[in-house]
Amino acid sequence: MSAAPPRGGYLKQAWLVIVLSLVYGGGLAAVQTTLSGRIADNRRAETYDVIPELVPGGDKGKTEELLVQGADGKDVRLYQVFAADGSHRGWVLPAGGQGFADRIDLLVGLSADGATITGLYVLAQKETPGLGDYITGEDFRRRFAGRPAGEPLVVVKSDPRADNEIRALSGATISSESVAAIVNAALANLREAIGAGGDSPQGVQETAPRQQAH
Amino acid sequence: MPSDQPTALERFINGILPENPIYRQLLGMCPVLAVTNGMKPAMTMAAATAFVLICANVMVSLIRGLLKPHLRILVFTLTIATFVTIADRLLAAYVYDMSKQLGPYVPLIIVNCIIISRCEICASKQGAGVAIADAFGMSLGFALALASIATVREILGSGTWLGLPVLPAGWPGWGIMVLPPGAFLTLGLLLGMAEWASQRRAAVKRQGGGTR
Repeated sequence: MSAAPPRGGYLKQAWLVIVLSLVYGGGLAAVQTTLSGRIADNRRAETYDVIPELVPGGDKGKTEELLVQGADGKDVRLYQVFAADGSHRGWVLPAGGQGFADRIDLLVGLSADGATITGLYVLAQKETPGLGDYITGEDFRRRFAGRPAGEPLVVVKSDPRADNEIRALSGATISSESVAAIVNAALANLREAIGAGGDSPQGVQETAPRQQAH
Repeated sequence: MPSDQPTALERFINGILPENPIYRQLLGMCPVLAVTNGMKPAMTMAAATAFVLICANVMVSLIRGLLKPHLRILVFTLTIATFVTIADRLLAAYVYDMSKQLGPYVPLIIVNCIIISRCEICASKQGAGVAIADAFGMSLGFALALASIATVREILGSGTWLGLPVLPAGWPGWGIMVLPPGAFLTLGLLLGMAEWASQRRAAVKRQGGGTR
């Protein structure tokens, strides 16, 4: 009889938890709907601020925001970066995926021909403080600069021997691998759209009005 | 309401100094050590914690008649987690820089023992008025404690307070005060001073009582 339901049945015991979950879930959905636009604007402003760091020579006032179709058939936001003199310097593509603790959002800088990674920036992460959150540090992010964008990156625990190898953060292998996997997935998804090497990506659907830097 | 429970005013005053969550109860050490390298992150954390504590205390107090004893911690955690998520989104929307700087420490408010202990000790037993007073007192006590540590660390470590320069430009800035060891050193010294002061006061009171 040890498996008998509690007195009054499960529902009588747990109804408050169920009702609260629904009420709180609705509340959170409302908050998210209300604030998500504002949060996205903040992220976009931050993206423009770090463009010169991600694409050397890039000018944030000369950046075009595009919507292109990725290999998965969905629209992907993409930033086409120009120098102050108007020459095409590269691309910045937002990427995101699951990390060790929570979602990680990244910005990946690419050269104009789409063949080389020029920079990496972490927009949002909630990795373990003191271990995984070192993915935001310059020391880790620099390990990605200059890597080929054409082949998947591999995370290794020793000094990298091949061009596409990235040394993991010690104590944060999963966070390091998550970042590499997110970069790989985003590059694979957009390879066709920007891999043509020209100045105009294929599959462009719509050009958003040029954003003024904040 | 049982008559032996403290009143709203007592709850409020207790939270500030006599039962200060940091200096007297030693609760919530994670944010105390992690976000006190400057006044701005410390005060943002104090505000976010206050928001969660006040909302959770009121909510728990309102539903206290419906709580099942063996499910109460689950309900507390659910309530706290909801308000923490709201606080996290509000910070990301309105103080984005601080939200980035605090990073994972905002979601970690969920496991801040101060909040769950107030739900357990006060809000699940007393009315909403007392619960609000309790939450305000504890939040104020928490904010004061964070401010005291952050003041020492920011002035010695960076020569600034709330980002404004307060020491001469030649101040070298004690790097260790900005780093984690500075948090432990400052907390230890301030805790020692608080303990010393309270023992002295108790001793004075004892002597005063003896001569009467």
